[in-house]
Amino acid sequence: MTVSTDRSRTGNRTEAEAPGLGIRLLPILDRYGILLVILVMGLVLYALQPDVFFSWRNITNIFKQTAVNSMLAIGMFLVILTAGIDLSVGSVLALGMMSLAVANAAGWAWPIVLLLGPAVGLATGFVNGVGITKLRMPHPFIMTLGMLFMARGLANLISGGVPYTGLPDAVRFLGSAQIELGELDGTRLNLPVGLIVTIVVYLIFWVFLEHSVLGRRIYAIGGNPQAARVSGINVDRVLIFVYSLCGLMAGFAGLMMAGRTNSGFPNAGIGAELEAIAAVIIGGASFFGGRGTVLGVFGGVIIMGLISNTLNLNNVSVFWQQILIGLIIVVAVFLDVVRRGIGTRR
Amino acid sequence: MTQAQEEAGSGNYLLEARGITKHFGAVTALRGVDFHVGRGEVLGVVGDNGAGKSTLMKILSGLFAPSRGALIFDGRPIRFQSPHDARDLGIEMVYQDLALAENINIAENIFLGREPVRRLLGGWLPLVDHKAGRDHARQHLDNLHIHVKSVEQRVGELSGGQRQAVAIARATAFDAKLVIMDEPTAALAIKEVGKVLDLIKGLKDRGIGVVLISHRMDDIFYVCDRVMALFHGANFAEAALCDTSRSEVIGWIMGTKEGQGELAHDRVH
Ligand SMILES: Nc1ncnc2c1ncn2[C@@H]1O[C@H](COP(=O)(O)OP(=O)(O)O)[C@@H](O)[C@H]1O
Ligand SMILES: [Mg+2]
Repeated sequence: MTVSTDRSRTGNRTEAEAPGLGIRLLPILDRYGILLVILVMGLVLYALQPDVFFSWRNITNIFKQTAVNSMLAIGMFLVILTAGIDLSVGSVLALGMMSLAVANAAGWAWPIVLLLGPAVGLATGFVNGVGITKLRMPHPFIMTLGMLFMARGLANLISGGVPYTGLPDAVRFLGSAQIELGELDGTRLNLPVGLIVTIVVYLIFWVFLEHSVLGRRIYAIGGNPQAARVSGINVDRVLIFVYSLCGLMAGFAGLMMAGRTNSGFPNAGIGAELEAIAAVIIGGASFFGGRGTVLGVFGGVIIMGLISNTLNLNNVSVFWQQILIGLIIVVAVFLDVVRRGIGTRR
Repeated sequence: MTQAQEEAGSGNYLLEARGITKHFGAVTALRGVDFHVGRGEVLGVVGDNGAGKSTLMKILSGLFAPSRGALIFDGRPIRFQSPHDARDLGIEMVYQDLALAENINIAENIFLGREPVRRLLGGWLPLVDHKAGRDHARQHLDNLHIHVKSVEQRVGELSGGQRQAVAIARATAFDAKLVIMDEPTAALAIKEVGKVLDLIKGLKDRGIGVVLISHRMDDIFYVCDRVMALFHGANFAEAALCDTSRSEVIGWIMGTKEGQGELAHDRVH
C-alpha cells in the first residue's frame, strides 16, 4: 500500500507542470486572504485613531457589537452553502427574544426562559426547512420571506407590540456578562462572555463543516444536489437540518441581544438578515452554494464590525456606513469573480 | 441463444427486470420492458433519443420507482426506495450528466455518501477520515490506471475524460457487481474515448457486470458481449454480439429489422 501510494506521488510530480509562484500562492490567499484584509484595515484604523482603536475597551466593544451578527451570519452561511437563503432570521431573532421576555414576565423559571429563545428559533427553522422541502416551494426565498412576516407578526402578537424590560442575570449572562482579567496600566481588562461564545460557536461550526460527514455533505449538496441525491444522501433531510440550525442560531442571537439590552423589543433585528447575508458574501462564500469557509464568514463579520466601529469613532453618519458596506459587497464579489477567472482553467 | 438463457431461469442473471412500465404524467417512457444482465457480462443498450434508455437505467439503479413491473436481483425480487438501496447491493450508476460535485475534490467525490469515518472521544465524535479517503482514492485510481495530478484537485478543474474516469472510479470504489453507464463516451474527445472503453474492459476482467448505453457502434462492438435495443419505450431486438452486425444494430436504433425492415425503409423513400 505504501509502495503504490509512493508510486502515484512520483507519477503526480512528473505530470504536474511546475506552477508559478503566483499560482501556488493563490490557494493560500484564497483561504487566509481575509485575515490580511482585516490586518490592513486594523492598521489603517490604528493610524487614524492611534489612542482609541487599539484600546482593550474598543476591541472588546467591536466583538460585543458583532456578537449578534456573528450568530446570524454563521447560520446564514450554512444555508447559503446549500445555495439557499433565509430571509427570516431577523424576525426569528425578534420572536425568540420576545418569547423569552414575555415568558420571563409571566414568571417562568429562568432555565426555561433561557432555553426558550433558541428553542423557538429551532422550531421556526424547522418549519422553514419542511416548507422548502416537503411543500416543494419553488425557492427558499419564498418560504423564508413568508416566515419573515409571520415571525415578526407573532413577535408583536405575543408582546402586544411593546418592549419588555428586565431579565434575570442568568438569562443575561451570555449576552452581557464580563469576565474580569485584571488590571493593566490602571484600566480594567474585562473579557465579554459574548466574545468567548462567538469563538466557541465558530470553532464548533468549523469542526462540523470541515470534518463531520454531514458538514461535508452540505458542501456536496451546495455543489450539486443531484450528485448528492444519487449518492444515496437524503438531501431533504439535510436541508431541513440546515434551516433548523439557521433558525436555532437566530433564536440564540435573540437570547444574546436580550442579554445585552436587558429587554425584549418586537422591532429587534429588522434588516438583520441583510447584514448577515452581507457578512457571508464579504467573507467570500458563493451565493450559488458550495463554496466558502467558516474563517471567511468570521472575517466578513469582523470587517463589517470594523467599518461601523471606525465610522462611529470618527462620527461619520450611519448613511456613509451603509454606502461603504454596499460598496464592499460589490467590490468583494467583483474580486472573487476576477480571482476565479484566474484560478479556473477553461 | 436468448431462448436458451430464458429457459435457464432467472437465477442465472445478476439483475433482471420484468414488464417495466414508467409513466411521467401523461408521457409513457417505458412500456412493459424486459431486461436482464449476467454476472460479469457487458451489455450494450442502444436506441434513439427518447427511447427510454436513461429512464430504464434510473429504475435499475433505484433513482426512479417503476410504475409497473418487477426487479429481480440474484434471483430475489427487490424494491429500491432510493439509489442508496441499489448501491448497497452493488449496483452503481454513472449518470449521463456525471453527477459529480465540482466544488469538492476527487477523493471526496469518490466517497460521497460513504465517507470513511474515524471515531474520536471514545466513539462520541465521528469525524471524516480525510487521510484515509485520500489514500484509498489514490490507491483505487492507481488500480484502475487512472492518472490525475492529485486526488485533492477539485473536480471542477478536470477535463471531461478525467471527470468520466472519476465517475467510474466512484462507481467501482466499493466492490460493485454491476456498473451502469449512461453514454459515458458521448461528451469526450476522441483520444479520451479509448481510455474509458479500456476502463470498461478492465471492469469486465474483474468480474464486474457493465451496462453500457452508447450511440457509438465502435463502443458497442469493442467492449460488449450482447446488445439490446429499445424503440419508443419498448423492447425491440437483442442479440449476442457475435450474432449481429453494425448495420443491423444501426437498423434497430431506427426501428427497422433485417429483411422486411429494409424493405419498409426503402418504401418510405
Ligand atoms: N423526469 C422526467 N419527467 C418527464 N418526462 C421524462 C423524464 N425523464 C424522461 N422523460 C421522458 O421519457 C422519455 C424517455 O426519455 P429517456 O429515458 O431520457 O430517453 P433516452 O435516454 O433513451 O434518450 C422521453 O420522452 C422523455 O421526455
Ligand atoms: Mg439518455
